[in-house]
Amino acid sequence: MKNSMVVIVERKDFQNLFDVLSKRGYQISGPTLRDNAVIYDNISAVEDLPVGWTDHQEGGRYRLEQTNKKSLFACVVGPHTWKKILYPAEHTFIQVKRNGSKLEITSAEKKPPKSALIGVRPCELHALAIYDKVLKDGPYPATSYLQRRQDLFIVAVNCVNPGGTCFCASMNTGPKATSGFDLALTEIINNDRHYFVVETGSKLGADLLKEIPNKEAGIEETQTADKALQKAAARMGRTLDIKGIHDLLYRHFDDPHWGEITKRCMTCGNCTMVCPTCFCVNVEDTTSLDGRQAERLRKWDSCFTVGFSYIHGGSIRATETSRYRQWMMHKLSYWQNQFGTLGCVGCGRCITWCPVGIDITEEAAYFRKNDK
Amino acid sequence: MLIDLFSIRRTMKETFDTFSLELEPQYGEKSFTFAPGQFNMLYVYGVGEVPISISGDPTRHKSLIHTTREVGTVTRAMRKLKVGDTLGVRGPYGSSWPVEKAVGCDVVIVAGGIGLAPLRPVIYYILSHREKYGKVVLLYGTRTPEDILFRKDLEKWRGRFDLETHLTVDRATGSWHGNVGVVTTLIGRAPFDPLNCMAMVCGPEIMMRFTVLELQKRGVEDGKIFISMERNMKCGIGLCGHCQLGPTFVCKEGPVYTYKNLKDVFLKREM
Amino acid sequence: MENLERILKEHPFLAGLEDKYIKLLVGCASNVAFKAGEYIFREGEDANQFFFIRHGKVKVETYIPQQGSIIIRTRGEGDIFGWSWLVPPYKWHFDARAVELTRVIALDGKCLRTKCEEDHDLGYEIMKRFSLIIAERLEQTRLQLLDVYGNSTKK
Repeated sequence: MKNSMVVIVERKDFQNLFDVLSKRGYQISGPTLRDNAVIYDNISAVEDLPVGWTDHQEGGRYRLEQTNKKSLFACVVGPHTWKKILYPAEHTFIQVKRNGSKLEITSAEKKPPKSALIGVRPCELHALAIYDKVLKDGPYPATSYLQRRQDLFIVAVNCVNPGGTCFCASMNTGPKATSGFDLALTEIINNDRHYFVVETGSKLGADLLKEIPNKEAGIEETQTADKALQKAAARMGRTLDIKGIHDLLYRHFDDPHWGEITKRCMTCGNCTMVCPTCFCVNVEDTTSLDGRQAERLRKWDSCFTVGFSYIHGGSIRATETSRYRQWMMHKLSYWQNQFGTLGCVGCGRCITWCPVGIDITEEAAYFRKNDK
Repeated sequence: MLIDLFSIRRTMKETFDTFSLELEPQYGEKSFTFAPGQFNMLYVYGVGEVPISISGDPTRHKSLIHTTREVGTVTRAMRKLKVGDTLGVRGPYGSSWPVEKAVGCDVVIVAGGIGLAPLRPVIYYILSHREKYGKVVLLYGTRTPEDILFRKDLEKWRGRFDLETHLTVDRATGSWHGNVGVVTTLIGRAPFDPLNCMAMVCGPEIMMRFTVLELQKRGVEDGKIFISMERNMKCGIGLCGHCQLGPTFVCKEGPVYTYKNLKDVFLKREM
Repeated sequence: MENLERILKEHPFLAGLEDKYIKLLVGCASNVAFKAGEYIFREGEDANQFFFIRHGKVKVETYIPQQGSIIIRTRGEGDIFGWSWLVPPYKWHFDARAVELTRVIALDGKCLRTKCEEDHDLGYEIMKRFSLIIAERLEQTRLQLLDVYGNSTKK
């Protein structure tokens, strides 16, 4: 954004952000601890954040650990994504009433509360931009998404401490937020000082900031933040070389290696549920017991199910191999044809939350290594 | 996502497992416009919604005809509906057959089984603008004589001098006096100019694969061969993801594709 | 006979065949007509001929007890049918029957067999052309077997 402003907000003043957002009628969501994981839920105070916790992530492994620092954002992304709020897992969108042979069809969309998201990571901002292309910018946008997206206030957090399965640097999606936010924070704990370098990304963000005690950022403070982010970019747990990846995977469409991957893949669909860009949904119709009312619901679906591609006579993708290939090629190849961008933002969730630790970066590297 | 309410004006049994429904809008404008090859999402109250190709005449806007095979829960329920019952309709969606591009060309229509349904609007359209086209050939194959759709239309079309209609079935007994053999056998000798024609093909994928080979053998360019694909669809508008066919969504870029654009995908398995 | 020669010469099946061979073929060709329903040949009989259809339609059938005659394939104007004369034991494996009044040119395969043995250039030309016919029949039979339209017709 032109005229973007960089200021410093001290840790002790950080609660003001929550208060100002609440005062302006926002329902605030952000990272919080539950069942030994950091998830996204409604929060109202700094204490709701995973204060002092950090995470260790590897293929098929996620562990939280308490540190002696009191960081608010030392955990990177967990099993939740913002689609939980913006495109809920289950959503009723049509209601039908029957009266004899006559039907009355009405929209079941309700105006959602104004929502503020705190702690959106740079990779997730990119995921939102991708969601916008899929659900907002097409000829038939998804109403519920439009409504939720409209009044969204986004507080991004830059990643000074990337996780073990992160690879945003190689996807050009992080670790620093460049656009798509109202405010972007870099959390710095330096000796005894705990503060946030805050960049404004919108007029609204700048306006809101007026109500939070802040001071102009000094060169040293911004340099500290920049350095931390440069270091973070060099400390990614994974890398994925995306050069020519579209054609690379096409060339290997019939590679028997897909079959090797699916010896491990259980087609559980975890990777699709935790993916911030996976958007596939099923549509279900239900009827009340007396038969007078029916509803149409949308539910997250996964291309790993056999039923996903079912047409009369059988499924198009009947083998596990074809379903894993569909998922990975969709992310890295087809997505580019469909929406002009990659469908992967390098958040690493699919690696962490795969029960057997299948690693999209490893598999992409295999095809590259074995490319003739 | 708007759903319009339509009443069933007429039901027609086509074969033992296929049927047609003629619909009229209950409210609002009493007309419906679509391009040949497009489909609607039809909703049966409380059961669900399915994509069904429009099989009626695109030049007549007062009624809307769909033809489908009874293959799943929704189509089974649909078949039980009676005149006067209500259906929800969304659409029309998807791409269409190149009836405008084909002006001045010969037209070869190759249909297999229920694949004639989405092609019938093409024939209606061409016949009502007949002078704009060169030779028009319809080649239609089914499994047996009992599986032939739209018999009345076919009889009428066979009687016309400006439309070559050839039928064939995969198997038949002595009472059948028509052709026996797969539909691809009709292509070799069909009267059209391979260098100035548009071919429109619809049927099971495997039938379309072999049909494309025969058309290529005749010298028809890949860019002038059009095929219609079928995939699972839950929304019809590019949001649910189910109908993905590699780089495309069948509900958006399809169902009608030029073979040229689809050939890298068409022969890939389980894509 | 001049008429026959012209027809054979113009038939795509024989395109490019040297005149002397065409003449030879004409020497063993005859015009035959079959009424609707009349058998052209029957399963088990000696296969000594093949046919060019000039007008009409022919069905190739096989008889299945309790089901009657099943039509395997029909052939129409311009088609060539019959190749059992080319491969031992030179017996027809199916029935062929005229669906309607059908005029064909019948060619003496037995005579041609001998000529092909004597003159391998002719043999190659004939085999090359018939291998196309055989390959086409095989492909179409496979497609028929695939039963591409799915659902069985009757419950």
